[in-house]
Amino acid sequence: MQIKVQVYAILRQYIPGASRGPLVMDVPEGTTVGQLIEQLPIPPELARVVFVNGIRQESDWVLQEGDEVGIFPPIAGGEGPGSWAI
Amino acid sequence: MAKLLRVNMTDLSVRFEDVPEKYALLGGRGLTSSIIYDEVPPLCHPLGPDNKLVIAPGIVSGTKAPTSGRTSFGGKSPLTGGIKESNAGGLSSQKIARLGIKAIIVEGQPKEKGRFYVLRVDKDGARLLPADHLKGKGMYEVCDLLWKEHGEGVAIIGIGPAGEMLMSAAGICVNDQENTAGRYAGRGGLGAVMGSKGLKAIVIDDRGGPGVEIKNPELFEQGIKKLTQASLTHDVTKKGGALNTYGTNVLVNIMNEAGGYPTRNFSSGRFELASQISGETKAEIIHKRNGEGMTGHPCHPGCIIQCSDRWANPDGTFKVSVMEYESVWALGANCGIGDLDKIADLIWLCNDIGVDTIEMGDTIAVAMEAGLLPFGDADGAIRLLNEEVRHGTPLGRILGNGCVFTGRAFGVTRVPAVKGQGMPAYEPRAVKGIGVTYATSTMGADHTAGYTIAPEILGVGGKADPFAVQKADLSRAFQATTAFIDSTGYCLFDAFCVLDIPEGFEGMVESCAGVLGVNWTTQDAIRLGYEIIRKERLFNEAAGFTRAHDRLPDFMTKEPLPPHNTVFDVPPEELDAVYDFSKWPKEVVGEVAG
Repeated sequence: MQIKVQVYAILRQYIPGASRGPLVMDVPEGTTVGQLIEQLPIPPELARVVFVNGIRQESDWVLQEGDEVGIFPPIAGGEGPGSWAI
Repeated sequence: MAKLLRVNMTDLSVRFEDVPEKYALLGGRGLTSSIIYDEVPPLCHPLGPDNKLVIAPGIVSGTKAPTSGRTSFGGKSPLTGGIKESNAGGLSSQKIARLGIKAIIVEGQPKEKGRFYVLRVDKDGARLLPADHLKGKGMYEVCDLLWKEHGEGVAIIGIGPAGEMLMSAAGICVNDQENTAGRYAGRGGLGAVMGSKGLKAIVIDDRGGPGVEIKNPELFEQGIKKLTQASLTHDVTKKGGALNTYGTNVLVNIMNEAGGYPTRNFSSGRFELASQISGETKAEIIHKRNGEGMTGHPCHPGCIIQCSDRWANPDGTFKVSVMEYESVWALGANCGIGDLDKIADLIWLCNDIGVDTIEMGDTIAVAMEAGLLPFGDADGAIRLLNEEVRHGTPLGRILGNGCVFTGRAFGVTRVPAVKGQGMPAYEPRAVKGIGVTYATSTMGADHTAGYTIAPEILGVGGKADPFAVQKADLSRAFQATTAFIDSTGYCLFDAFCVLDIPEGFEGMVESCAGVLGVNWTTQDAIRLGYEIIRKERLFNEAAGFTRAHDRLPDFMTKEPLPPHNTVFDVPPEELDAVYDFSKWPKEVVGEVAG
């Protein structure tokens, strides 16, 4: 199935041409977000926030034909516990 | 011993006072809001003689603490009618603090209308000088002239023509190390409050000043070490990290992807030209033009994040600083404009005329909705600012009073504002928590008051579903902690690293405790944040605000927003739950209410 993938910020330095528009990729049915990231020439630990059709999803999310995927490095992001709440 | 500097514009006198005990442990927003709460009648006219403009560096400002150059400006807002604190970077905070001044309180009003003054503050004291030669001038020229008159390197706080004309969208400008006018305490119309006092500018020369007393140097050193470590290791704040490389405008693509990037007067959450105005594109163009532009620019000495930038024209000559996320959005996507050079022209004009970029972007978009000019008409927007607002024509005065005033003047009902203040660059229909902050903040629609975007979109400080409506607890916690950070002098962007690295927050609190000579825990710091908001809320209640003012505009609860086609559906009870005092620290609600 075909999906469209956009990577942003520093991830673009790993994929030539990534700033010109989305990459169209052929992936097997049932591919998850995590498996997609493994196929891309980017350091997986830098794929911090992933949107599928504008909704943030985790790595076990199963992709569908025609999905639009946006992958962001830590633009903000860490995985800490948060120290603010009382 | 630090002093308060009280400037009386009625009799043009200045005097230094001892700091009352109750203010000894306060700084920044905590101090400005406390003084406003104690001294300004909540029902006074914001542009009358009873309002005051209070200017305060943070608790650690003026020390070697990293990224701690924020100056807080407070008063009763002519835009919202409530209490206001707006803070900015630039040169002023550290210099005020190093002169041993905890706050400058500007009060009264000159008897002679239309006269303006410059306040000069240095190691020998303070004096008011006539400023007739600066009247009507834009901030770029004001900065140039004041460096010529007072020496290079002095800090300048000033207002443009908009502040002189008492426009509610007028901000207060602070110069940076290059003497560029561009750091703004933009929100809430405090530039008009300064204008109403007849004060065109303040010059601060800290040479020979006593510096900031640090009561417990060991604790202070330990604190800044922890905070520096957190800032330099977190992916967002470190050198070469997102903020340093792309500036705050790195947020364009992720907000657009999330469908939460307000476009064409909040009629869509996606802008088809977003990639042309993103942080990535901005940085690429700055480097390609290879002239006087730069990324990774510090807005004040001692900043280790350096998220600012200097934008260059196509020929490489310097144009404007700074191409901030909010400004680029307000005068770009929100007006349907997708050209960074045109957006740079618009930001330049706002900085010169002295108006808040967010409020003016919202206002121009409302004018576009009204049919005064089409969406995307950058040259028309430039004309509105340069020919109407700058010269105070009748149309310019309507626009210069913000988006609510403009919406009323032209019969527009889609006006994105809370408590009279235009919304910033996050769509509450796509990110519900930020809508709770907009609705309930004491400041009116203000993203910095409780930046729930961090967990809702960015995955910082945990993760929260942006569409979930149970956000009172999240927004309340962010609002309280932010009120503390706004009091320290630290930049709110330090929050990114302290959200994820608990030692960073400890370090922030310890460095403050070290300066003040107290033993604060992080819980004490957060409690201080609650106390500040409580005072601000009490001021607003006395000024006439009720729960009915803690709501988003009607259209947002009715018009579905593309692409997710969601409305703002956080129930009123959830909004009111932000001020459910059973969830507040007992000491705070008891102390202030009793």
